[in-house]
Amino acid sequence: MKAVTWRGVNKIGVEDVPEPTILNDHDIILEVGLSTTCGSDLHLLGGYIPAMRAGDVLGHEFMGTVVEVGHGVTKHHVGDRVVVVSFIGCGQCWYCRQGLWSLCDNGNPNPGITEALWGQSIGGCFGYSHAMGGWAGSHAPYIRVPYADQGAFAIPDGVSDERALFASDAAPTGWTGAHQAGVEAADVVAVWGAGGVGQMAARAAMLMGAERVVVIDRYDNRLEQVRTHIGAETLDYEQVDVPGELREMTGGRGPDVCIEAVGMEAHSPGPQYLYDQVKQQLRLQTDRPTAVREAIYACRKGGTVFTLGVFAGLVDKFPLGAVMNKALTLRGAQQHGQRYVPQILEHMSRDELRTEHLATHVMSLDDGPKGYEMFKNKEDGCVRAVFRPGA
Amino acid sequence: MTLSVGGVVSFAAGAVGSVVRLVRRLVNPSAARPAGRGSPASGWLAVTVLREPSEVDIAALPAPLAELGGRVEARTRPAPGGKGTELAARLRDRPPGGSPAARLTGRDPQADLRSALRQAKQVLEAGEVLAVDPAPHGKRPPTPGGLLLEAWTKVAPKAGVR
Ligand SMILES: NC(=O)c1ccc[n+]([C@@H]2O[C@H](COP(=O)([O-])OP(=O)(O)OC[C@H]3O[C@@H](n4cnc5c(N)ncnc54)[C@H](O)[C@@H]3O)[C@@H](O)[C@H]2O)c1
Ligand SMILES: [Zn+2]
Ligand SMILES: [Zn+2]
Repeated sequence: MKAVTWRGVNKIGVEDVPEPTILNDHDIILEVGLSTTCGSDLHLLGGYIPAMRAGDVLGHEFMGTVVEVGHGVTKHHVGDRVVVVSFIGCGQCWYCRQGLWSLCDNGNPNPGITEALWGQSIGGCFGYSHAMGGWAGSHAPYIRVPYADQGAFAIPDGVSDERALFASDAAPTGWTGAHQAGVEAADVVAVWGAGGVGQMAARAAMLMGAERVVVIDRYDNRLEQVRTHIGAETLDYEQVDVPGELREMTGGRGPDVCIEAVGMEAHSPGPQYLYDQVKQQLRLQTDRPTAVREAIYACRKGGTVFTLGVFAGLVDKFPLGAVMNKALTLRGAQQHGQRYVPQILEHMSRDELRTEHLATHVMSLDDGPKGYEMFKNKEDGCVRAVFRPGA
Repeated sequence: MTLSVGGVVSFAAGAVGSVVRLVRRLVNPSAARPAGRGSPASGWLAVTVLREPSEVDIAALPAPLAELGGRVEARTRPAPGGKGTELAARLRDRPPGGSPAARLTGRDPQADLRSALRQAKQVLEAGEVLAVDPAPHGKRPPTPGGLLLEAWTKVAPKAGVR
């Protein structure tokens, strides 16, 4: 079958790969309906997560139709339309039972790599390098889904494929951030990054009762999406002094919760950008933490800063003094989707969560290289390039 | 590919030497000691299994551990806070040579035990050992970087910080 693959740093290919087969009793095989690019793929593309092998199939945010089920699967049947969480969780270990699904002890068959990096390994993720298990991704006509009773969710009638697609990753990531950061009624929440993840974090915060939600980016079209489709306020960091503006909006306090949805390749208008980029390229730091730094400075005393953006290793000039002296809570996580997807699908059925606007460019697998190019360079207002393998 | 897997692994260990040294310092503050003396004298490796102590019977351990037979001894104790049962195992005959770098690249004497223990936990919790191979993939040219990663991926199920 045809698949979109990683061929090297900044190289995407379309090539023939074998079809997946059922290997475990709890597997299903899914015929992929839609599969989207995600900001996390850009870190793979740029070579910042160095555990990709040429030929690896990309894609971890997807939905489709069940075409084969393993003997142990009880929830799903051939023909079901389902959305699948990007992270692979067994549902039986202590972490899964705590709702911390992306920390699953059993979902990553290569735990040695992340144990070496971080002291403990986390769960596995589709199409996200050999450090995260070496699982084949979803930019292909078929994908094998292990632990399918846990990770696949039936899509309610009336929720379109284009909407349900984002219940795989962007939306549950936003829900993870807002919920785990402890957003409460009447909070003021600031979100850095107006990509799919930042937009979903903003919507989650609103649905959790936040008084005011502000999203920060520099791309007009993305900020416009935030205002029209999400209903949050926006700030353009190239036009205004973000911490100053946030202080003014909050009577001098700063936001109660600051959610960073930018990641390790953050951009910044100041001279520190050059500093961070050079250090990253010389491998003196692995990640550029511009937005996290700003979030820490902007956050109110005793508030919470949550990193949803992906970081891999070490950062430089980290304002630990502000974290300590302002008594901040600093948290982060990969998404715990299995915990949030049921409520997300309900919000989608009730039109309280709309996501189809994120799919700005829908194309065939043959257009894989072009799709990644557009998504990376944000050409033509691209927010997400989405592949339809059946096209 | 002309190199044996072992050859590739030691090549891997050499090329990622500085990373490994860094990681060693991160994961083991006492890594300044000469290689070979890094492994804890007791030799116990442990996983916590979300099962009642009565369900983790060391007389009838899951296949991956049972297959190591008389080479290993095992013990259990309840984990605090409702986290289940701590299952520990070690080689009866413990040769020296478990440096942190060897452990991180799965070349230490306990490497097979480490992966057997992880698999036993999977069987007890999820009912089966999760398989990832064969995973669909495209062409893999034999570049040095690619071979290095492939070698590390092969040993990653056996590798660990202790
Ligand atoms: N935690 C998880 O489970 C999870 C899941 C999915 C994605 N992610 C991560 O979330 C991040 C965002 O993902 P996405 O798909 O929305 O990516 P994206 O690339 O579409 O969006 C990132 C946005 O951040 C903006 N940005 C860059 N620098 C900024 C700065 N200094 N201040 C404010 N905004 C800035 C960019 O202009 C862009 O619009 C990525 O790092 C991705 O890896 C995490
Ligand atoms: Zn993602
Ligand atoms: Zn689990």
